Amino acid sequence: MTTPVQEGRPVATRPALLNHNLTASSGIGLGISMLWFSLLVLIPLAAVIATAAAGGWDEFWRTITNEQTSSAIKLTLKAAALVTLVNIVIGTAIAWVLVRDKFWGKGLLELIIDIPFALPTIVAGLVLLSLYGVNSPLGIEVANTGDSVFLAFLFVTLPFIVRMVQPVLEELDEDVEEAAASLGASRVTIFRRIILPSLAPAIAAGAALSFARAVGEYGSLVLLSGNLPFKSEVASVRILSAIENDNRAGAASIATLLLVISLLVIIVLDVVQRRVARRG
Amino acid sequence: MASRRQVRKGPFTYLLRLAVVTYLVLLVAWPVVLVVTHTFEGGTATLTGIFSDPDLVAALELSAYAAVIATAINTLFGVVVSLLLVRYEFPGKRIMSALIDLPLSVSPIVVGLALVLVYAGRDGWFGPTLEGWGFQIIFATPGIILATAFVSLPLVIREVVPVLQEIGTEQEQAASSLGASGWQTFWRITLPSIKWAVVYGVVLTLARSLGEFGAVKIVSGNFSGETRTTTLAVEEKYLNFDQQGAYALSFLLASVSVLSIIIVFGLRARGARVNETRSHSGAPVAELAPSEGRTS
Amino acid sequence: MSIEVKNINKRFGNFVALENVNVSIPTGQLTALLGPSGGGKTTLLRIIAGLDTADEGSVEIEGVDATKLPVQKRNVGFVFQHYAAFKHMSVAKNVAFGLEIRKQPKEEIRRRVDELLELVHLSQFANRLPAQLSGGQRQRMALARALAVEPTVLLLDEPFGALDAKVRKELREWLRRLHDEVHVTTVFVTHDQEEALEVSDEIVVINEGRVEQVGSPDALYDEPANDFVMSFLGPTTVLDGKLYRPHDIEVFTHPGIEGSLPARIVRELRVGFEVRLTVELLDAAHEEIVVTVTRAHQRSMGLREGIDVWLSPTHAAAAVPVGGLN
Repeated sequence: MTTPVQEGRPVATRPALLNHNLTASSGIGLGISMLWFSLLVLIPLAAVIATAAAGGWDEFWRTITNEQTSSAIKLTLKAAALVTLVNIVIGTAIAWVLVRDKFWGKGLLELIIDIPFALPTIVAGLVLLSLYGVNSPLGIEVANTGDSVFLAFLFVTLPFIVRMVQPVLEELDEDVEEAAASLGASRVTIFRRIILPSLAPAIAAGAALSFARAVGEYGSLVLLSGNLPFKSEVASVRILSAIENDNRAGAASIATLLLVISLLVIIVLDVVQRRVARRG
Repeated sequence: MASRRQVRKGPFTYLLRLAVVTYLVLLVAWPVVLVVTHTFEGGTATLTGIFSDPDLVAALELSAYAAVIATAINTLFGVVVSLLLVRYEFPGKRIMSALIDLPLSVSPIVVGLALVLVYAGRDGWFGPTLEGWGFQIIFATPGIILATAFVSLPLVIREVVPVLQEIGTEQEQAASSLGASGWQTFWRITLPSIKWAVVYGVVLTLARSLGEFGAVKIVSGNFSGETRTTTLAVEEKYLNFDQQGAYALSFLLASVSVLSIIIVFGLRARGARVNETRSHSGAPVAELAPSEGRTS
Repeated sequence: MSIEVKNINKRFGNFVALENVNVSIPTGQLTALLGPSGGGKTTLLRIIAGLDTADEGSVEIEGVDATKLPVQKRNVGFVFQHYAAFKHMSVAKNVAFGLEIRKQPKEEIRRRVDELLELVHLSQFANRLPAQLSGGQRQRMALARALAVEPTVLLLDEPFGALDAKVRKELREWLRRLHDEVHVTTVFVTHDQEEALEVSDEIVVINEGRVEQVGSPDALYDEPANDFVMSFLGPTTVLDGKLYRPHDIEVFTHPGIEGSLPARIVRELRVGFEVRLTVELLDAAHEEIVVTVTRAHQRSMGLREGIDVWLSPTHAAAAVPVGGLN
């Protein structure tokens, strides 16, 4: 906490980059945390990119445009985008019902929302198979088809938008809605002009997380999709088969593509959160 | 907070409720119930059968061991990083706070690959050196712990950071003014204030760690009885046409997940109740206002 | 002198919070730091406590140079505006905190806590959590907690700012009585001039990072150093290029008083026992002046809208030139 002035150094000569208020123990804490974070996350992820880059751009491009791989990537992105759209609508609707509606058994719904997050992904796949697999009690068999990818993504991304939107909706000041109503706004207008703009950042953040989660999904598909090339095979499965064929450069190339998507999502989240913080 | 005003219930309200309930039943509730009924189709024999198979017991033990170690590491790391992010200023803080969330959006398969590229004993960046010192990481328990710690890394931080922001620094300053050192302030004031957030974080981390599949599949080598975790055993059982066994193991894992959600729910409800008694204690509104308006 | 603050400068980025502040705070007295919000008074209090550090200057507490001492070593009692109650501890545990840090024997701590809870009238709430107390009770607990460590000086940051008007008035009187019993050197920050005038022995008026005036409440009221101090301590009005208090201007219904100025009553507003008259001077500028008289006075003199009057400041009225340099 000693300021540079007391050490006899003028403040101005201190580069802005070194501005901090760390004490000795918090400095050590930061050092150890950064070391651990680097060893566990940053260096391994850097290794993925480095391995992909080692083969050069042409190699990278050839890997991801390989017919089977590009088909898997397209399927993944298409299903993830579609699922995100569905979640934007149904996730907001679920959050709305949880906050504004009141009925017996609502508590149970709260519990159900979190199950996909807590359930091991391999179990999630098995769970979906029990209703949508062979001999489906509903007569809807999606196992081993492209639709199974869509279904699995829907399941694992269920909580993201709900859990982002719900607290914002709870904090929403109902006075504002009543004020709008007193000024003659209809319920649809109130939703569109008053409520939706307040929810938009939370929906955007939830949508980004939900898209990222879907793009990288693997576990829930193992038993459900059958991983059929050109039909139900997703990007992460392609990475896995590349690893199993000892083609690490190829695996790293596809992984880099997924990583870039993850990074974009992180950036979107950061921007959205900063905008919300500014709005206060 | 006052109870919500009575909502005007039109046909739209009921329609929306019906749609939401139907969606959740079809997507989550019904399939989960089916797994439970499948498990007990043949009585409790398949469930008890798990515990007489030494390989499965080993898988359960390995999963529990890796989850506990990873959770312990992530809890310590999470509390330290949360404090750094909320209470201190340092160069690179913004990048760090953004990157901390990265593990949540990275594919488990990419996680596995990343760890193999760095820690593989034969040709990883650090692997051969570590192997030279006698540490095997990939295809061994440490690799499973690393993969598990990676995927559940931000969960404690995401719970603790908002609470730290919410409680502010006034109590800590008061403790300092009464003579408490940094450590004393942390143990006596800060930690008790974030206690429940840490507990939620731990429960969520534990549940996530027990259930990790993709990353562990790549780093573990999946050797039965040695590096096969419970989730890997589910896959193996199912692919070997032992559906009953797969369902039983899944039931076990799902029970742990549902239990952890219920625990977190209970704790949250408890927190809400404490707030409720606070606002019903007859204290004038003006006295409650500052703590709510102080988040600026 | 108990606290000597010398040449304190403090900036937050480009904002100058304190500029060359010098203050001496007398031992055993109750001193108010008075000024508008954002004027730097809380920053000064936090620098005295060691919760903030000054860019330049020194702080001396009871003859000891405290400038480089961390807050833990200054032995000050600090009371926060929003109480800073330790929410997870009972009232008794809150009060005992500083004593436990100082590793006092258990028996001694218990005795001292009982004594202090008695002093702040919270004995029957010893085992409650802060959340179960009202705001006024929480603030009394915070005061007991600060007093428990027998601080050299007691520092209070807007201690009653978060309370409603009635509780505030009660606590204010209670603080004065408490200080008469305990006699610890006390400094409190307030933006409420009535609070400062009523409670303190000495007032330091701070505005825009500078000390405007230091003195007893009477001295400040009767001989304000400049127009800022005068207008901050109560309503003012301008007559003949000088600032007066509205009740220091006498109203006559006839001319002939030496130096009195002719005017006309243009508005009257009654508030309880007093009447505020807006009077327009009958000169070229038609300046408006506010004068307050009692209801009885207004009646007996027949002062009402539209009549002509003559104005003159009362004998020994406090007055400062408008826009005067300090």
